[in-house]
Amino acid sequence: MTWWKRSILFQSASIDKWLQWLLRAGAVMAALIMVLIMLFLLLESWPALQHIALIRFFTDETWHPLEDHYNLLPMVTGTLYASCGALFLAIPLGIASALFMAFYASPRMAILYRRLIELLAGIPSVVFGFWGLTTLVPMINQWQPPGASLLAAILILTLMILPTLALTSHAALTAVPGEYLRSAAALGLSRWGMIYGVVLPAARKGIVAGILLAAGRAIGETMAVLMVAGNVVQHADSLFAPIRTLTANIALEMAYAMSDHRAVLFVSGLLLLLLVMVLTSLAGWLGKEHHV
Amino acid sequence: MRFWRQSIWITIAVLALSGAGAATLTTPHKLVLTGSSTIAPLAVELGRRFESLHPGVRVDVQTGGSSRGINDTRKGVADIGMVSRAMKADEQDLQAFTIALDGVGIIIHASNPVTSLTPQQIADIYTGKIANWQELGGKNARITVVNKAEGRSTLELFLTYFQLKNSDIKPHIVIGDNQQGIKTLAGNSHAVGYVSIGTAEYGAQRGVPIKLLPMDGIAASVANVRNGSYPLSRPLNLVTRMTPTGLVKQFLDFARTEQAHDLVEAQYFVPISID
Repeated sequence: MTWWKRSILFQSASIDKWLQWLLRAGAVMAALIMVLIMLFLLLESWPALQHIALIRFFTDETWHPLEDHYNLLPMVTGTLYASCGALFLAIPLGIASALFMAFYASPRMAILYRRLIELLAGIPSVVFGFWGLTTLVPMINQWQPPGASLLAAILILTLMILPTLALTSHAALTAVPGEYLRSAAALGLSRWGMIYGVVLPAARKGIVAGILLAAGRAIGETMAVLMVAGNVVQHADSLFAPIRTLTANIALEMAYAMSDHRAVLFVSGLLLLLLVMVLTSLAGWLGKEHHV
Repeated sequence: MRFWRQSIWITIAVLALSGAGAATLTTPHKLVLTGSSTIAPLAVELGRRFESLHPGVRVDVQTGGSSRGINDTRKGVADIGMVSRAMKADEQDLQAFTIALDGVGIIIHASNPVTSLTPQQIADIYTGKIANWQELGGKNARITVVNKAEGRSTLELFLTYFQLKNSDIKPHIVIGDNQQGIKTLAGNSHAVGYVSIGTAEYGAQRGVPIKLLPMDGIAASVANVRNGSYPLSRPLNLVTRMTPTGLVKQFLDFARTEQAHDLVEAQYFVPISID
């Protein structure tokens, strides 16, 4: 207890200073890691960027790095289709589960449900991938061969980002001040009227942040998608067409890639980073728009 | 390669730190291997174990293709060349030592009634000219073509044997490693694929529902790869310019002893012994 007193009375100024520098150092370190990753990717892809014109990554006929064709575009669309599809399914489901937990379930039920969702969040991605490969893909195959497809990737990704979405949305919903709810109730709003008119707008920022987090996970997920998506480099013309994502491309080919092939794979890593950056800034812009 | 440059620095750092101990290691024996990227991962593993058995020796592995292995060995840049094919007639000036064999087996689902495919049929399936099992005497079902990702040695061997280019192949599923291939094939009764024979045989013996197809009438098995009768296989050679002596001879002998077999099998190759 005496330590308490002493530190508050006599050392607060110096402790504040220490803390300030500690936090500064931590912040610089975190920012530095990001910069270093960027630099590393640039450095590793430099050999390819030097003699392959940038435009060729989007205009070459195909992706056959050993035969000098470097079109990355089908993998960009593959990544976007799979993540957008998963978000399209998971956002309504996730927000609905969060609303259920926060406003409709009995307290005991809500806790049980929350535990279940948390458990779902803890399942390693490779387990999802394995289940997809041995169960989901053969099932789709019965219906529309070859089974390994965009649809399989979307379904697996939905399962993986659903808990993230449900938990972050729930946190955002419960953070809405109680007085808002009481005021809404006092105004005689129905439960749905309160949720739609008061809670959702108030929790909007948190929910958007959760969606962003989930989108990041969907784009970055590698192993599970690699196992179920079929990995054929092409623009998907239907839900049943196999696709290859940027991350799967790196994981598939990096192990045996030499010189130029390797450098080109780093270019696809760079592209992935850019994609995430664009998405983040887009979400930031969307988040601001309605608050003006 | 960056990795080796790094490891040199680490070695230097360790030597500098170890002070007195460094005196005995100031002139380390070094073995340089260059060549085929198929053999390189195996050579790195062999090198690691060889280094631990012979303190003070360093094994440096660089890739660049079988032809680089031949050239570097001829010029004396490399002590040992790595060549992942049979030696050609104009390469008889070099001494070749086969350390392992690499065989690729065509696999289909166990429930598929098809029992054999000719090389022409396989090439036609992979280029999309044959799209239904019915044309091959099977059920009326679309063929799912399973191909390997670019850069894999099984893909390279497959392409060379059937004289195809990877861009000619019209795959429905592209896989990475052999295990993923087995899982994919086991879950799709209309698929055809190819993997290292060692992996496929291991899986089939343990009840995975896959079937290895014979090639030119010869059963796809590790035994037939070992005795050289199975056609879709190739030797993995280490070559030297002169009759090996000293450290080079020790390494070549080591690579073909029982001590190295588990490393060879870990890369899904078929080991052979000199005895």
